[in-house]
Amino acid sequence: MSYSKKEYSDYVERKSQKSPIVRDTISAFIVGGLLCCIGQFFLNLYTKNLGLDEEISKSAVSVTMIFLGSFFTGLDLYKKIAKYAGAGTIVPITGFANSIVSPAMEFRREGMILGLAAKMFVIAGPVLVYGISTSVFIGIIYYIIKLF
Amino acid sequence: MDYINAFWVGGLICAIAQIIIDKTKIMPARILVLYVILGAVLGGLGIYKYIENIGGAGATVPIIGFGNTLAKGVIKAVDEKGFIGIFTGGVTATSAGICAAVFFGMIISLFFKPKSK
Repeated sequence: MSYSKKEYSDYVERKSQKSPIVRDTISAFIVGGLLCCIGQFFLNLYTKNLGLDEEISKSAVSVTMIFLGSFFTGLDLYKKIAKYAGAGTIVPITGFANSIVSPAMEFRREGMILGLAAKMFVIAGPVLVYGISTSVFIGIIYYIIKLF
Repeated sequence: MDYINAFWVGGLICAIAQIIIDKTKIMPARILVLYVILGAVLGGLGIYKYIENIGGAGATVPIIGFGNTLAKGVIKAVDEKGFIGIFTGGVTATSAGICAAVFFGMIISLFFKPKSK
């Protein structure tokens, strides 16, 4: 089977447009799933083995995962996984930690206050602003509904 | 069994985010914001707890679970404390995560040097 130049470039374009989405999505699924399994491991450890209360365990899992995300960012390993996993490493809470540590490390040379501390929130800031604001809106709506 | 459920629920949440990123070319930061708002809305409507019952950590580890915790916290606080709960609930429920992120973020960036590119 032979292609003309035009057909071939169309073929390449079609393939290269389509396959990254499928490949990216599968790797996001697998890596995201695995990170959640690590979370599940700690959740089981805290609830079953240590016998902690469920709410406390969930907080403890968040703290653990955030520590791991920060630590592996510090070791420069998180970026390497992220290159292949995309959203699989961004969406779990480890990615939130990564989004804090990575600019903090990078901008540390600009100083402890306006570098490290300010740049920490380049991505995490918006998440907190909109997350917390949404929760306040929900609280207001819930409060009004409860009045009636 | 809980590992299998954590895997596919967590994986699915990340896969959907990846499709949104690839299809719309939006920045990862926007995906995080979008997911946190979505999680808070689903939590506020009382829908997210069903996902959490199935997925366990698969539903709480993704950032969407952070949004859910914010919403759950605010509802609980309004029930217990009334009006002031609107302002205390969300951050109280997520305080461990926020504090850990700030503290570890500072410590790690103090002790580790970025690798030269």
